[in-house]
Amino acid sequence: MNPGIYAATTVRILRQLRTDHRTVVMITLVPSLLMILLYFMYQNVPPGPDGRSLFDRIAIVMLGILPFVVMFLVTSIAMQRERVSGTLERILATPLAKLDLLAGYASAFSSAAVVQAGLACAVAFGLLGVAAAGPVAWVLVIAILVAVLGVSLGLLCSAFARTEFQAVQFMPVLVIPQFLLCGLLVAREDLPDWLRWISNVLPLSYAVEALQEVASRQGTTGPMLRNLVVVVGFIAVALALGAATLRRRTQ
Amino acid sequence: MNAPSNSLAVDVHDLRVRRGSHLALDEVSLQVTRGSITGLLGPSGCGKTTLMRSIVGGQIVESGTVTVLGLPAGAVELRRRVGYVTQSASVYPDLTVTDNVAYFASLYGRPRSTVHETIEAVGLGSHSRTRADALSGGQLGRVSLACALVGDPDLLVLDEPTVGLDPVLRVELWEHFRSLSRRGVTVLVSSHVMDEADRCDDLLLLRDGRLVAQLTPRELRERTGEEVLEDAFLRLIRTRTGARS
Repeated sequence: MNPGIYAATTVRILRQLRTDHRTVVMITLVPSLLMILLYFMYQNVPPGPDGRSLFDRIAIVMLGILPFVVMFLVTSIAMQRERVSGTLERILATPLAKLDLLAGYASAFSSAAVVQAGLACAVAFGLLGVAAAGPVAWVLVIAILVAVLGVSLGLLCSAFARTEFQAVQFMPVLVIPQFLLCGLLVAREDLPDWLRWISNVLPLSYAVEALQEVASRQGTTGPMLRNLVVVVGFIAVALALGAATLRRRTQ
Repeated sequence: MNAPSNSLAVDVHDLRVRRGSHLALDEVSLQVTRGSITGLLGPSGCGKTTLMRSIVGGQIVESGTVTVLGLPAGAVELRRRVGYVTQSASVYPDLTVTDNVAYFASLYGRPRSTVHETIEAVGLGSHSRTRADALSGGQLGRVSLACALVGDPDLLVLDEPTVGLDPVLRVELWEHFRSLSRRGVTVLVSSHVMDEADRCDDLLLLRDGRLVAQLTPRELRERTGEEVLEDAFLRLIRTRTGARS
């Protein structure tokens, strides 16, 4: 890896992102607006037996899921474009290392994710009165990690999409099942065995478990940290597999 | 041609490339002298791009050797020394001319000061702050060229760089290639129009994945007795195919 090339790549991707005003606005605002939508959806729903409102329980988990979805989409399409426009083949013929490129994409979009998650957390905890038993800072950290996870999976999936249409189709294939099985709609221990096994190999399950820990327990807990380590592991594997899909020599 | 190997920019020996079931290049051997302008000529689909990609190191080859600046094609050290401009302009459409060229300057580890002069050299000084997707096709091609030139390569490989350019720009571009070659840069340039062949020091004539001949424009005229290079190329092919059947 070369720090100069990595930095230049990150700046280049951020510049490209900045020229697309609509995407910038959507990345920044959409999760926050969806949080507000959720708030009003659950306004008239009575609190559960433990005294916590349903919105509280869902909101914290959604703070992790929304950045995942948005970042996955943005990254898979951006990288797919780079692959088909000929620029990928071209920059791979320069001294650029594959890791420079992947780390550049991950850094650029993750910094967008920091802004996005920061704003969504501010809206949720400041404006909408969401309460977590554990430190709010951890919610922010997890939200950012999940966004990075979305970036790394998006980079990997872009290799399997020939067109932007196909890239978008990975969303129902890879993102929605993770959402359904992550433990938000049905607690993971209540899933049939075979579905729980599938849920066990999906990264979002671990991120959601970590968020549920922060929501319900005080302080920094061991299970939360364990879950985060698993998420980081998934990120590393997805980036490594993504690097393997970048070929300097092709047919 | 038995030039000593250190005077060769490119040395291809018995190259064979298969793309799918189709043999894209077969038994291709050729030499490109350092500091020369070599034209790679032949009809569309004859294997020019495949040959260029093999030289740049982006093509999986079946057999044969490709040596570039004394190293095997695709070697890590060559990525800094070989510039490649693809046929369709591969630049970032959503960035300005300056941002595009500056990014490639950083990839090649070149100082920021080279960006401006390179943009001037391709005649885009007045468009430096224009987004690439707002440029015409010819201008876009020159941005793509600038992105390779900014790396100050020892070998510049250009795939049909003059397609779609008006005659004045074409002449200017060829003058630029000549000035590069005077500085010792080797320029390998492909074209499917023969009228550009006269501007080259050496010609590689390719047809159906095979090298028909490697010679200078003068030799081509002498060998065929034709004054117009287009006719000379045709005659060469006819005598070849006639001899084979």
